[in-house]
Amino acid sequence: MYPEYMAESLRKVAQTRPRRLELARKPDPVYPPMNAEERRAVLEGFHPDFEPSARRTVRVGPNRDESLTTEVADLLESHSWLRSDQVNLDSPDFETDLLIIGGGGAGCNAALVAMKEHGMRSIIATKLRMGDSNSMMSQGGMQAAVSRTDSPTRHYLDAIGGGHFENKPELVRALTEDGPGVVKWLEDLGVVWDKEEDGSMKVMHGGGTSRKRMLSCRDYTGAMIMRTLMDEVRNHPDMIEVKEFMPAVELIMDNKGRCAGAILYSMDSEEFFTVKAKSTVIATGGYGRLHIRGFDTTNHYGATGDGLVMAYRAGAKLMYMDSVQYHPTGVSFPEQIAGFLVTEAIRGAGGQPLNKEGELFVFPREPRDVEAAAIIRECAQNGGGIPTPSGRVGVWLDSPLIDMLHGEGYTDKHFPAMYRQFIRYGIDIAKLPMLIYPSLHYQNGGIEINERCETDIPGLYVAGEASGGLHGRNRLMGNSVLDYNVFGRRAGRYAGEYARTVKLGKLSLAHLDAYEKELADAGVQTSLVTPTLLPSYAPEDVKKRQLLRGDNTLPGSSVLQNRLHDEAPSHSTRPSINDSQAAGYDERSGA
Amino acid sequence: MASMPAAATNSQPTSPADKKRDAAKQNLITISIMGKAYEVPADATIMGAIEYAGHQIIRGAGCREGYCGACATIYRLPGDYKIRTGLACMTLVEEGMSLTQIPYVPGEKAIYDIEELKPNVSAIEQMYPSVFRCVACNTCTRSCPQGLQVMDYVQAAKRGDIATVMDLSFDCVVCGLCMLRCPAEITQPLMAIMAKRLYGRYLRKDSPELAVRVKAVEEGAYDDEYAELMAMSREALSKRYYARDSE
Repeated sequence: MYPEYMAESLRKVAQTRPRRLELARKPDPVYPPMNAEERRAVLEGFHPDFEPSARRTVRVGPNRDESLTTEVADLLESHSWLRSDQVNLDSPDFETDLLIIGGGGAGCNAALVAMKEHGMRSIIATKLRMGDSNSMMSQGGMQAAVSRTDSPTRHYLDAIGGGHFENKPELVRALTEDGPGVVKWLEDLGVVWDKEEDGSMKVMHGGGTSRKRMLSCRDYTGAMIMRTLMDEVRNHPDMIEVKEFMPAVELIMDNKGRCAGAILYSMDSEEFFTVKAKSTVIATGGYGRLHIRGFDTTNHYGATGDGLVMAYRAGAKLMYMDSVQYHPTGVSFPEQIAGFLVTEAIRGAGGQPLNKEGELFVFPREPRDVEAAAIIRECAQNGGGIPTPSGRVGVWLDSPLIDMLHGEGYTDKHFPAMYRQFIRYGIDIAKLPMLIYPSLHYQNGGIEINERCETDIPGLYVAGEASGGLHGRNRLMGNSVLDYNVFGRRAGRYAGEYARTVKLGKLSLAHLDAYEKELADAGVQTSLVTPTLLPSYAPEDVKKRQLLRGDNTLPGSSVLQNRLHDEAPSHSTRPSINDSQAAGYDERSGA
Repeated sequence: MASMPAAATNSQPTSPADKKRDAAKQNLITISIMGKAYEVPADATIMGAIEYAGHQIIRGAGCREGYCGACATIYRLPGDYKIRTGLACMTLVEEGMSLTQIPYVPGEKAIYDIEELKPNVSAIEQMYPSVFRCVACNTCTRSCPQGLQVMDYVQAAKRGDIATVMDLSFDCVVCGLCMLRCPAEITQPLMAIMAKRLYGRYLRKDSPELAVRVKAVEEGAYDDEYAELMAMSREALSKRYYARDSE
């Protein structure tokens, strides 16, 4: 239940509701959408990316001297778990055609397509269980231009406008043109889409869509797609081997500069294994668990940007890594579910963001960055926010309108997950609004790819959230689910094709030594070791007793790496175990 | 909650409210995690409490929002003989709660080619014959943290009513608690995944316009429009974008 002090504001919301319901029933927008100038003003004034400390120059690697999101620059200016002299590459532990790093939607699609189109075998190596990914969690839907009034080119225009015209056009074309085919591919695998009586796809609006284009599977869209793909992957144990709790920690190259596999780390036994692969697909997803700018996140437990740092050390260029997506509607109260996603489909179905006076202050379906910045502005500048007992702030998202617009029981039937999440805390979202605030949601940029999912490195392919270029600096709702399907499939197709002909040379980890040297030459002093693998949510006093390394300052950094690694902070020479322990101890007592 | 990283005011590292609450030593209760007592915040979820206790969860956490089923948990409360079930990310702690996570429940997934199955009772008979061992005790339904009518969909499966299995199991997160508790040792969630796929593949009503659209794309019907859009300057594209009509 909401605390007593919010009752007055809730009363105002109820009071303005009949008037707002009338607005919603008319064809015109319930609030004037912003023009280009207004969009720019709210973004520059209030989007977290525009705060002065949000970005800094990275000092090493392919994007050296570019301004990146500060936490990303920190992540990239870090040491590897491994040095080349620690690993024997002469007899790999496993060999395969495709090594797919990441067991979410993109990875599963890639394995299936490489098998079906090229007869290629894959290993899917994943940090947690197969399916433990943001793919599993998408609620609201997938965009695809399948309705009579829509077209793929209209989808193209919406996506590229939402991305502020910075998206790579050939990627947006691939996304939108493959969309209808993906719907059919998934349906033939057994995905149960929401349908109208006549069998046509049920379509809804999302932020930034000019046609109703959001396809859904109730509000378990990602779960339905992911479980179908996983089930199909598991139907082919002879062709696709799944290694769970086995994240990759570094890529392996060959002496001709091609990617040739990766080193896996067993979360259970803490062993390292080498995988030699003809082609490698990074499908590791995004970085929400780095808690950029201290934000709560909607992301799954393993979203720590591992693929970015592995690919970067190997020489792959990143694109738009200065841009972070904050989902406009994360939960602000109750605290136990703070940061959780409230699907944009709530606004697509008629839900309205309101300030504490119960008044609209933004068109409910602006592109995500604009909508999020407008909510932050309403709280920070206009005093329209409602403070929560834990010190957060939020605005209302008026969900009771949905049943009034579509009939009683609609919310219950179409948003069962959302309903469940709130009713545990005594809040019936069909009767009461939700309190929301932007939450860290998506990595807009990533490893730069072309429409064949190729990177700067031959043999290295990237698909899904780990990739960059498709969404420009702002992704629209429903385009990530389509992204992991379209580009997961393309990665399987082109990585499979490449694997048929490539002849690998001698395996090498020389790029790790070169990267270490670059760090030293640039004067980078850090004891941060990445990939992060998992965040730690231990309280500060527990962390002290865990003897964490001093420089491990990324919010939520894992304890695993801290137990395991013995790098010295200066890193010019490798000290003995005793020396490094002593150095580590000094850091800690100083911290 | 206190076990979350310093992220209190959604964007500020540590809010005054958080500090104040921490200073007041907040309201702690005692729970038992796998037999060991810990003091944890009274308003924490089970997952939050385990992390507050300093455990690094490896198995037993996934999406953390109730979709993935990684964090199945069983527990008892003081003075109560009942075994209770929940998802650790979604269930709040209670004073005296004694719990363990069950991050994995063994269960053999049937290997099949969906193109060779029929959407009726024959698929259930071939792939998940254990379903017919159901004794209708309703333990599965009582153990479902999603509140699904599990036994009803098992009964529907026995009748070959694939559509009902699909509908009733739609929100299943495959946490495995029903199949752990089932005295007939049925693997309900695995069977339900197959049933949903059979529904999607065979029993759906086909969309009349989807096939048309897919064909149009294959035939290059949009090539010219794409070429035009992709050749436009940023200014021209922006003008087109802001002038577009909306449904």
